[in-house]
Amino acid sequence: MLGVLGGRVYDPRNGSDGETRDIWVKDGRVVSPEEADRQGAEIVDATGLVVMPGGVDIHSHIVGAKVNAARKFRPEDHRGAERARAGAFRSGSGHTVPSTHLTGYLYAEMGYTTVMEAATAPLVARHAHEEMADVPIIDKATFITMGNNHFLMKCIRDGRHEMARDYVAWLLRASKGYAIKIVNPGGVENWKWGSNVGELDDEVIGFGVTPRQILETLAQISGELGLPHPPHIHGINLGRSSSARTSIETMAALDGLRAHFCHIQFLSYGKGKGGVHTSEAVAIAEAVNAHPDLTVDVGQLVFGSATTMTSDGPLQHSLHRTTGSKWMNVDVEGETGGGIVPVFYKRTNPINAVMWRTGMELFLLIKDPWKVFLTTDHPNAGCFTSYPHVIKLLMDRDYRAEVFEGIHARAREGSVLHDLEREYSLYEIAVITRAGPARALGLKNKGHLGVGADADIAIYQEMDDKAEMFARPRYVFKGGTLVARDGTVVADPPGRTFYVAPSYDPGVEKDIRRHFEATYTVSFENYSMLSQPVTHEEVIACG
Amino acid sequence: MSTTIEHVACTFCGCVCDDIVVEIEGSRIAGVRRACAVGRGVLDEYDPEVRRPTLRGREVEWEAAIEAAASILDRADSPLIYGLSSSAVEAQRKAVELADRLGAVIDTTSSVCHGPTGLAMQAVGEATCTLGEVRDRADLIVFWGCNPAASHPRHFGRFSLTPKGTHTPNGRKDRTVFVVDVRPTGSSKQADHFLQVDVGADYEVLTALRSLVKGNDLAHGSIGGIPVSQLKDLVERMKACRYGVVFMGMGLTMSRGRHLNVGELFSLVTELNDYARFSVIPMRGHGNVAGADQVLTWSTGYPFAVSFARGYPQYGPGEFTAVDVLARGEADAALIIASDPAAHFPRRAAEHLERIPTIVLDPSESLTAGIAQVVFPTASYGLDAAGTAYRMDNVPIPLRRLLTSGRPTDEEVLDRIIEAVK
Ligand SMILES: [Zn+2]
Repeated sequence: MLGVLGGRVYDPRNGSDGETRDIWVKDGRVVSPEEADRQGAEIVDATGLVVMPGGVDIHSHIVGAKVNAARKFRPEDHRGAERARAGAFRSGSGHTVPSTHLTGYLYAEMGYTTVMEAATAPLVARHAHEEMADVPIIDKATFITMGNNHFLMKCIRDGRHEMARDYVAWLLRASKGYAIKIVNPGGVENWKWGSNVGELDDEVIGFGVTPRQILETLAQISGELGLPHPPHIHGINLGRSSSARTSIETMAALDGLRAHFCHIQFLSYGKGKGGVHTSEAVAIAEAVNAHPDLTVDVGQLVFGSATTMTSDGPLQHSLHRTTGSKWMNVDVEGETGGGIVPVFYKRTNPINAVMWRTGMELFLLIKDPWKVFLTTDHPNAGCFTSYPHVIKLLMDRDYRAEVFEGIHARAREGSVLHDLEREYSLYEIAVITRAGPARALGLKNKGHLGVGADADIAIYQEMDDKAEMFARPRYVFKGGTLVARDGTVVADPPGRTFYVAPSYDPGVEKDIRRHFEATYTVSFENYSMLSQPVTHEEVIACG
Repeated sequence: MSTTIEHVACTFCGCVCDDIVVEIEGSRIAGVRRACAVGRGVLDEYDPEVRRPTLRGREVEWEAAIEAAASILDRADSPLIYGLSSSAVEAQRKAVELADRLGAVIDTTSSVCHGPTGLAMQAVGEATCTLGEVRDRADLIVFWGCNPAASHPRHFGRFSLTPKGTHTPNGRKDRTVFVVDVRPTGSSKQADHFLQVDVGADYEVLTALRSLVKGNDLAHGSIGGIPVSQLKDLVERMKACRYGVVFMGMGLTMSRGRHLNVGELFSLVTELNDYARFSVIPMRGHGNVAGADQVLTWSTGYPFAVSFARGYPQYGPGEFTAVDVLARGEADAALIIASDPAAHFPRRAAEHLERIPTIVLDPSESLTAGIAQVVFPTASYGLDAAGTAYRMDNVPIPLRRLLTSGRPTDEEVLDRIIEAVK
């Protein structure tokens, strides 16, 4: 039994806006005060402290083939970012791409207890799961990339919707994934021909389907299967001046269907002069405000070192061509691809400055905090360790104005940012970092502190400097266990791996097997993880 | 009575072919189908009989051997953990944990084969793909400094030469194949074009190719033993192909120039992506050497040559690589997992290994086991132990347990040692 007593509780899901409340915990879950047994309970005096549910990151790249390729690719990233072993805690290294154990420690030390790995190709899902077993403390899940999948595109071409649905269900089970991820639908396949897509109705070479069809089909299937999290969409034209227009078109195309648009900052640009895009945050925010079934995360840019990594292969090639930075590319048979390019974002660079400004504007212009979540698309736009800094920018308009004055003049032109006086409250921060993402993920026991919730609790000393406050929680509990104190890990229990197990007609396996024999270099039996448990796994029910 | 097991993976080489059919009779493998001759031998000849560990050549109980191993490691100030590429991910994870605990240097056989490839990738990047992309798309294939006909016997048949793929429906006819090497090989005989490069001249030739790609003209004559006209022909084909793939091997990594050769090749492949799609795949040798890279990288940030001596991981190829640590006489104890440095290392390094107390975990006998103080005859992954191996293109493949022997796995032994060390 654990009692967190007398804290100012920010629990938006249960309507608590800083009210003084006691939280009681038994067997890793929050229980009602009636069940409290003070005798022998571990008591935390939280008087005057800010109590929130553990943080929930809806989009981050922390494990798997791409992340590990980036770690190997960037020894220069790790030097000076090492952590020595301490007792039973493992050593590690990495600034933008920390090693697995260090990743678990860093998230926990920041008060985050649930993290979604944003993109895993099914062919290498086993790899992602092996790494997840080495990320302690935090609960995890991974999204499965499907936007360029051959079997699926053939189903769409042949008008076989049910087969597509059965396949998606099978694929999620076979890869122990949590949600459908779509990255540049059709564009990654076209990249294998040296090309890309630029419009929703462009053709995918060799399949005769379009990005629009892929998006619509997967969004429908996601709903039909009752997946807890809607399709997680990185649309077409990311980083291009046409991105805001096609983002709005995509939102319109999926009207009436649930969808999550990730790191929307990267897809909110218009055409500017001399290759410097404009921020179209106003138009994007308007579209987000208008669509009730839609959520976004921002992917806020943070000045400094970053590692871009995405399944969007053609994007990464053009980023390599523009920046001259070293480039990795991996084409994955029948499924997807990806690239890695290190970058350094500078406030004096007009393009980077516009990206920063776009993210800030989106945060402040999207009205409903339940629809916009805090991410940096770690490590694409910045590191997850920068979240406290982003919170400060949102909560402190003087600080924001100060940073804004320091960015390249071209990026300040025409910005609505000086007129946006909005400051996020602690309650709203609890929404965009906890309650909102948990709700969008369909994780009923996360992001709140009501009865039955996982006892993931972050307790902060309120400070004027919100970056400092959120960087070093006084206490962090994971499932009722104290895992970090004053910003330092004190225990590293294993975290769980969540996945979904939607049902499907087993008859589809015959067709999938045939597809495998014709196109894959791995056998059907060795690809699927269906009958192989991963450590500390837990199935989240479909609706 | 015999049982048939399908979709068995073979860990002899980096192809990790997982379509093999195995017949089991009792506790032995009685038949193997689809495997290459070498893979068949690995599977066929495996003797799963339980053997006791040895301490200075004498058989002892497991308990005593674990204690002896732990005390060797406890007494050492600068232990070395080496090998790993023929073990599974599960054991590799434990090996890193032990190294972290001990403040040891940990290195893998990568450092004596494709270590320079890793350095090149870190310096200039790498455009690559999985082997299925090769089979389905590649219409131009170049083998540079490698001889898969001997080292990866089913590579040609499964991925790169003859198989029919989606966009290569006619198999061999749809592919143009070049071999670049210092001498004719079994592979060059099967190529459409063989370019014989002078020993030590790969870097020059690669630089010439990059220059030609950029549109510079080169004086007539030859470079590195290859007529410029032939280089021009290759470059034209490279720029005009649909999807090109270069496979590269130790002819580049272990000859003069090493990582510079590879970096030049990787740069060439990167630059070719302005004209056609192009990838490069290193021909990894041992069955799970790619997995060793992966595990070390996700645990420490670095793929090989890692020292924990300061409490945190430090990367030092040439410094913390096993050959160098031994040749300089720095290591004062060694734990070798499924490899045979006493047989393969340069003399000075091998001699030092003989002088220090050594622990060996290996399913098979080896020269290193012969000089070791403590030897654990462990199970073989994919035969009498289950695990994961990563193919040369970093695709993870599950290894099944085909035989039920009583041998402990590397993972179990390492776990016991971790518990036993102070
Ligand atoms: Zn992302």
